[in-house]
Amino acid sequence: MKPLWMLAAGLGALAATPAPAQKSSADAIAEYRKMLEDGNPADLFEAKGEALWKQKRGPKNASLEQCDLGKGPGVVKGAFVELPRHFADTGKVQDLEARLVTCMATLQGFNADEIAKTPFGRGEQENVTALATYVAAASRGLRFNLPQSHAEERRMYEIGKRVFYFRGGPYDFACASCHGEDGKRIRLQDLPNLNKNPGDGVGFAAWPAYRVSNGQMWGMQLRLNDCYRQQRFPYPGFGSEATIAVSTYMGVNAKGAESIAPSIKR
Amino acid sequence: MTHLHRIQTLAPVLLTAVCALAGCTSLPSSAELDQQAVATMKASFRDQGIATVDRLNQDLGQRACSSPVPPSDELVKRIESESMATIKWPEGGRYLGDWREGEKLAQNGRGMTWTDASATPKDNGANCYNCHQIDKKEISFGTIGPSLWNYGKLRGVKDVADPAATPIVQYTWGKLYNSKAYAACSNMPRFGHMGLLDEDQLRHVMALLLDPKSPVNQ
Repeated sequence: MKPLWMLAAGLGALAATPAPAQKSSADAIAEYRKMLEDGNPADLFEAKGEALWKQKRGPKNASLEQCDLGKGPGVVKGAFVELPRHFADTGKVQDLEARLVTCMATLQGFNADEIAKTPFGRGEQENVTALATYVAAASRGLRFNLPQSHAEERRMYEIGKRVFYFRGGPYDFACASCHGEDGKRIRLQDLPNLNKNPGDGVGFAAWPAYRVSNGQMWGMQLRLNDCYRQQRFPYPGFGSEATIAVSTYMGVNAKGAESIAPSIKR
Repeated sequence: MTHLHRIQTLAPVLLTAVCALAGCTSLPSSAELDQQAVATMKASFRDQGIATVDRLNQDLGQRACSSPVPPSDELVKRIESESMATIKWPEGGRYLGDWREGEKLAQNGRGMTWTDASATPKDNGANCYNCHQIDKKEISFGTIGPSLWNYGKLRGVKDVADPAATPIVQYTWGKLYNSKAYAACSNMPRFGHMGLLDEDQLRHVMALLLDPKSPVNQ
């Protein structure tokens, strides 16, 4: 975690440095991205998530310290790079955010359906994002290795692959329309090819991430939600089976990729 | 809905429930997984603003192109010929509008999302620069589609009224109207067929690409 003054200095330099006229636009953009790495406000969400994890909250006045994220109650380190996975208690494959909501319901007494219906960035959803940032940060530098031993995990991978290629809507888009080939861009934004391992810290291995352009912290559920918005699809439910299936597909494909989450994005 | 149809519709749901209880050891067949995936899609989305769940009802081409494996040659031919039949050629044979308006539309990537208020063409952009290089002066362009720099010039269009230019003019209109007439699984939206752009807007984009005076052809 970087001290606050470093964050401030990083963002300040960004605003104050004029780009020399002879520099190409691509160079200027690369430099801008480099500067962003100096101070990642995701650190603040990570700290908030850690505090929330340990704080006694909810109708049952309990912390999340006994939450089982897949590696046993209370084990945070290494959990992120093995999610989504199957959980015996819910009988479902769950991603990080869906699993956190399960723990908030069972341990703390929150209403899971109410949280799922809450818009991103509001109320308990804001806390879910901070918690996800904290849990992801505890696996920074580890490599993705989703379990595929349970039949339901293998089935969800197969469903996720089909969800990834599902074309529809007024633009005929699927996830694969933008993320199915190497080296493509929308405008200047590089697009990872997600039908295979796109490399360390790319795609599934980069979220949650802090979005500089709108000053928001986004978990994978919101990342997928906005992808579907731009795909011109209807609205995906938070923690819905399609979102968890496609996350399973991306996560398994990313096997061996190093997680850099929480990262920083334009 | 017939009794048989109801059983077919429920089959993937029942299978999922049985698997969840018993922990199936083997995967369902590929065809069963296809059915389950469609059921998963239908169960996972809801209406939001103009983006309603009927957008998940796939037509022939959308369904056939929802796989890393391309459709059979026979199916490709059928999709392309059916798509060709949907193309509405412009009123009065007027193909070209104003390239300045075309550039504005090409820059505009808005429209048809659940945060857009209306689905009428007037509120939609043409999204061109998201995927294509067009005027070289715009450096922020995507690369999913081919570069369209010098589109008309490279194809020898000196005068759009010249009969020699007719095939490329008509092809370009058709490609914008329904891209699937020329490539069944094209990544490009069907701007005319899906009601994304109206005839005048299509004419403006045509002019950006084909008008010898357009900056694209300098």
